[in-house]
Amino acid sequence: TCSPLPFFVRICLFVQQKVTVEVLDHLERLALVDFRDSEGVERLQKAIQFADQLHEVNTDGVEPMDSVLEDRCLYLREDDVTEGNCTKELLQNAREKVEEYFVAPPGNIPLPKLEERETFLQGS
Amino acid sequence: MKKTLYVAHFALIAVVFAIIPNAGQPLGVLDGIPIAVKDNFSTAGIETTCASNMLKGYVSPYNATVVQKLLDQGAVLLGKTNLDEFAMGSGSTDGVFGPVRNPWSYSRQYKEKSVPKSHSEDKDANWVITGGSSGGSAAAVSSFTCFAALGSDTGGSTRNPAAHCGVVGLKPTYGLISRHGLIPLVNSMDVPGILTRCVDDAAVVLGSLAGHDPKDSTTIQDNFKPFELPNLTDVSKFSIGIPKEYHAPGLSNEILALWSKAADLFKNAGAKVIEVSLPHTRYSIVCYHVLCTAEVASNMARFDGLEYGHRSDMNKSTESMYAATRREGFNDVVRGRILSGNYFLLKQNYENYFIKAQKVRRLIANDFVKVFRSGVDILLTPTTLNDAVPYMEFIKEDNRTRSTQDDILTQAANMAGLPAINVPTALSERGLPVGLQFIGRSFQEKQLLTVAKWFEKQVKFPMIQLEEVKRHDHGVFQHQKSASFS
Repeated sequence: TCSPLPFFVRICLFVQQKVTVEVLDHLERLALVDFRDSEGVERLQKAIQFADQLHEVNTDGVEPMDSVLEDRCLYLREDDVTEGNCTKELLQNAREKVEEYFVAPPGNIPLPKLEERETFLQGS
Repeated sequence: MKKTLYVAHFALIAVVFAIIPNAGQPLGVLDGIPIAVKDNFSTAGIETTCASNMLKGYVSPYNATVVQKLLDQGAVLLGKTNLDEFAMGSGSTDGVFGPVRNPWSYSRQYKEKSVPKSHSEDKDANWVITGGSSGGSAAAVSSFTCFAALGSDTGGSTRNPAAHCGVVGLKPTYGLISRHGLIPLVNSMDVPGILTRCVDDAAVVLGSLAGHDPKDSTTIQDNFKPFELPNLTDVSKFSIGIPKEYHAPGLSNEILALWSKAADLFKNAGAKVIEVSLPHTRYSIVCYHVLCTAEVASNMARFDGLEYGHRSDMNKSTESMYAATRREGFNDVVRGRILSGNYFLLKQNYENYFIKAQKVRRLIANDFVKVFRSGVDILLTPTTLNDAVPYMEFIKEDNRTRSTQDDILTQAANMAGLPAINVPTALSERGLPVGLQFIGRSFQEKQLLTVAKWFEKQVKFPMIQLEEVKRHDHGVFQHQKSASFS
């Protein structure tokens, strides 16, 4: 599609670049989800390419919209406890628990670095 | 049809049990009515899986507000329906329980029109999809297993399968019906959807569900009064808008002709029918792509195996346990959207993608405001680009590509939070349902449904003529006549 001339400069700035391995690794850490294979990485590339179409739209002076209900007041209520005491029900769905605690493996241990992780990105 | 027999008996027993303890005193307007609920709504004591390994075996400790409201009215829950995993998809083909088959695949109308390629070909091979992601709910209503079903609608997930299955699919205004208990996909766009066989039924169910819920702060506080739809005979005071951008690339000639015929129907009945423009329509799907993946990245973060759902055996560290759990629990589609969403939310991308998409969202919403302000009451558009495609053809393209194609006509209403409804209109040349969509003003469901009901009466959409599904072990139904509803 032909873009009108004033936006030509803007389009040039968003030339499709391949996402670097550093960024992919960063994303795997942030999301705690893996790309699994080259298809996963390709999927991301296509998603970015698709999203780049947004830059064709002139949004000068337009405020971002968080919610369609932005003109209304949010519902507030009195800070009174009206429900709770459902510890047993809430614990029922957890696999590992001790007394009334959810049990997690040790924390404060970062995910292994890219070279040490079992991830598809290692080969990249 | 063993399964159907069981469902029929269950429904009968359920109705009996519903009536006996309250002899003479109905619980409410839906007393004894069998309903089905999409499996991304929490149901107390009943497994809620979102068709994902992540929640297989998860039993909700509470009812979603909409489920509770239906049960309070006396409705009988027949079951939870299948969907795309976490409601991500437009075919209801990507859930862990497998794809949903469109009941119309087994209709006389479809079978008459389909030409078997060879004698040896399995007649079962060309069954068509339901559309999605509320495909199970649409199929349940379409095949007469229940009178009404709950779906969810974020990009068209109620209206799309409604169109393909020949049922009414209503997407209410954002903020009208509580989302408490609906496992969220995109908090700023999700709404519970209603699937029924006729517009009147949709109004009845809407009446039971709408209204402020203190547990969902995004529901409006205005007083909602359930309404009965008038039998409109005179449409001359209505102005119907035909948005030209909805003549999207890929729209089948058949549906285009049907849309045109519908516009003429209104014109000939005296309504004012005018062409309007919603210039940013084609960016709606791109905008949705960014905002949806961003919100998904956030909403899916709660699934870490610690408090509920699947938990991996990996226990070296919290982070590695989370990572392993999520690797095992989510399918490709979900993982893909989480990763894309995280990309768009990176510091270096936030302004250029997320904020940009939010600005485009405002432009899309403003398009509608301008059109409605100019005097148009209701917009009339197609719901889908085609009739339902065969499953074997649908899976040739990946989920994201399909969603991009299929949501194009329904997505903008979610962007703007507007109410929209699919009304089954006619059968295609292949004998499959085609629907048309009406989009109304915010919180003007009564007007929207009134016009939809008038239209429904004019088109007289045919009833599905289901034939028995032949199975290899069918000693049971050799003597049964085919179930034909005419």
